[in-house]
Amino acid sequence: MSTAHDVLILGGGGAGCSAALHLARRGARVVLFERGLVGSQASGVNYGGVRQNGRHPAELPIARRAREIWARLPELIGTDAEFEVTGHLKLARSAEEEAELAGYMEVARAHDLPLELIGSNRLRERWPWLGPRVVAGAFAPEDGAANPRLLAPALARAARAKGAEINERTPVEQIAHDGADFVVTHGGRTWRAPVALNCMGYWGGTIAARFGEAVPVAPLAPNMLVSEPIPYFIEPNMGVVGGDVYLRQIRRGNVIFGGGRGASDPAVPWARPLPESTLAAMARAVELVPRLAGIHVIRSWTGIDGEMPDGLPVIGPSRTTPGLIHAFGFSGHGFMLGPGIGAILAELVLDGRTDVPLEPFRIDRFALGSAT
Amino acid sequence: MTAMTVAVVGAGPSGTRAVEVLVRAGLRPVWVEEAPATGGRIYQRPPAGTTRSPRDLYGTEGAKAEAIHAAGDRLRAASDWRPGTLAWNIRPGVLDTFRAGRHETVAFDRAILCTGAMERIVPVPGWTLPGVFTLGAAQIALKAQGVAIGSRVAFIGTGPLLWLTATQYLKAGAAVALVLDTTPLRTKARAAAGLLADPATFAKGLALVARLHLAGVRVIEGGTPVALEGTDAVEAVRVRDRRGREHRIACDAVGLGFGLKPESQLADLAGVPFRFEAIERNWVPERDRAGRTPVAGLYLAGDGAGIAGADAAELAGARAAWAVLEDAGAALDAAEIARLDRALARLPRVRAALERAFPYPSALAARTPDATIVCRCEAITAGELRAAARASHVTGGAAEVNRAKAFTRVGMGRCQGRVCGPPAAEILADALGCDVAAVGRLRGQPPVKPIPILAEAAE
Repeated sequence: MSTAHDVLILGGGGAGCSAALHLARRGARVVLFERGLVGSQASGVNYGGVRQNGRHPAELPIARRAREIWARLPELIGTDAEFEVTGHLKLARSAEEEAELAGYMEVARAHDLPLELIGSNRLRERWPWLGPRVVAGAFAPEDGAANPRLLAPALARAARAKGAEINERTPVEQIAHDGADFVVTHGGRTWRAPVALNCMGYWGGTIAARFGEAVPVAPLAPNMLVSEPIPYFIEPNMGVVGGDVYLRQIRRGNVIFGGGRGASDPAVPWARPLPESTLAAMARAVELVPRLAGIHVIRSWTGIDGEMPDGLPVIGPSRTTPGLIHAFGFSGHGFMLGPGIGAILAELVLDGRTDVPLEPFRIDRFALGSAT
Repeated sequence: MTAMTVAVVGAGPSGTRAVEVLVRAGLRPVWVEEAPATGGRIYQRPPAGTTRSPRDLYGTEGAKAEAIHAAGDRLRAASDWRPGTLAWNIRPGVLDTFRAGRHETVAFDRAILCTGAMERIVPVPGWTLPGVFTLGAAQIALKAQGVAIGSRVAFIGTGPLLWLTATQYLKAGAAVALVLDTTPLRTKARAAAGLLADPATFAKGLALVARLHLAGVRVIEGGTPVALEGTDAVEAVRVRDRRGREHRIACDAVGLGFGLKPESQLADLAGVPFRFEAIERNWVPERDRAGRTPVAGLYLAGDGAGIAGADAAELAGARAAWAVLEDAGAALDAAEIARLDRALARLPRVRAALERAFPYPSALAARTPDATIVCRCEAITAGELRAAARASHVTGGAAEVNRAKAFTRVGMGRCQGRVCGPPAAEILADALGCDVAAVGRLRGQPPVKPIPILAEAAE
């Protein structure tokens, strides 16, 4: 038995669930397939940063679009996913890093991103607990952080309420294009639609290869930690030039931080934090905030994302198969973009266009194999 | 063979006997123990300078405690003994440890995990009040520090430890305000036939009960704890007896405990599969009768591999060490292995009878009132957990415990679900109307216990 839909969505992470919601809200008949539970991999176990600060200029228009949706989450999905606007402070630990922060001010201006460059003295006036190695910072007041465990499931629930069919524990066993439609099968059931969205994170590479456009996507397992609760004092979400450590505190008191990579095997899928990365992240965290020395880490974790060689996702139409649209390979910074990606994909599907420039995210930019 | 490095984690009865066999075979195992001394929780040693005799400290088990301590003392020098060392992670061939302010890795060829047990609780309303201890903590206060948790103590729970601890308090001169066993007498009577397979232990148990009755201690069997009450600390317990009559009994401390669960986080991190043991109502790591797990080079012994008690732990520790030697192609003592196998084969029957005599009161846990905190680290109530089970929840319903953890933070705090995991599973299963095994178990993540943030990376 086969069911006719308008759109098949492969993958129940932030991008896929958000696409399901935006499409269903506009009346499209949508079915989503998720191998495990929605938001179980990179979308659900990431650091939770809602950050525009420091993003690649190509990504900023998507981030701006997403940030506008983050502000409207309660009306869209019934929860703010614990999104709090704390500001994001990107720190420099050397003169070279400071120069990079200064250089980015121009990028921010071009994209209307509020950003403030702060020198060493004023930095310490505002955040006196910063460590001595920090020499400068760039503060983006609109940024913040949220609870990644809530976002994708809440998006999926809202999509379901608007009529989307969300199938968890339903791996796509086969997908084919029969000339008119994409046909997905699982457990003897068949679904078909003229449009398919590839939102499968690292595993999106498999789908792309299946349709003759392989890309060099690699598994990425960011190594993250959380401390016991301590009195709240670190207001901004923080990162550094180079990205080897990132750190925030939630009002409950826990300090959430990360850096480096864990171990993973996407074939299982299996991912584990690595003690070497854990200990290195601890040392870097103390460098930023010396007061953290001696407090306890209660858990470490990781999950699997897809990383592209240039650190930018693949977003946009397939070059081989009409009706196939990709959105994967977010390279460790897709959580914040998710709500915006769904809106953009919905426009691509229903309007055939979007205002956000997607040229930098073309799948054929790597010119791999014969497909190009 | 002599080049083989065997790591033994834990220095309780099973770890001590495992190391003993390995040392006798000419090996020098790495012996990692979180506590400062050997003996484990069951035979925990008092601080240096204590003058009380083993008989005073350990009662009828005094001779066993002495034997384990003596073996431990002898074996420390024959092994790479690492006391005060937390093994916080395991991966193929490596233990990640924290010892004396430093993070260190310990390489091994094979490892025997003898990680012991911890208590199960039921979140009785008021259980987070100061003055409420687990039974084990109440017992260790007496054994290791020579202090009682209060001067008028109520003991509530089920299991041999309930009766044992109450008796020890009585003997130490504390007033025992109440012993409430959630298991009715008839349940215990039905299990008596199975318990008689171990007549000595059975007789010891009866003696404990008789002693409490003789002393005039108020005993309620088949009762229900309603609430532990007090403003700044526990002042009274409210309980219902078998006939449903409510009593309020004044006290200044409560010992609370409902059987044991394996401390199996390292086995979990090592990738050992788990199965639900219905009689014990615990998730236990898979192993064969000699202690071999499906993970190559990894062995389990003692209560950490499924609750079986201290005597069984000694046998299992020795047997797992022989399995290590056997798998490494070393010389074996076939008669000794056969003796251990015979002794181990007798255990499951007694154990099952004991679990049937003192079942975990799952219905009581499942009925935890909405306003009561289940996860004390994150202050998550039973009501929040039930709400997360409903499909109408903003994230959609949580159909298993890890999902409930993700949505509510239950089990996400300092204890990582070691305390709240079992009752949380009962509450969730009840809310979903399914069997407790169907909601699964909380997945472990390193570190198995909190580790400090250091300014320098390791080594």
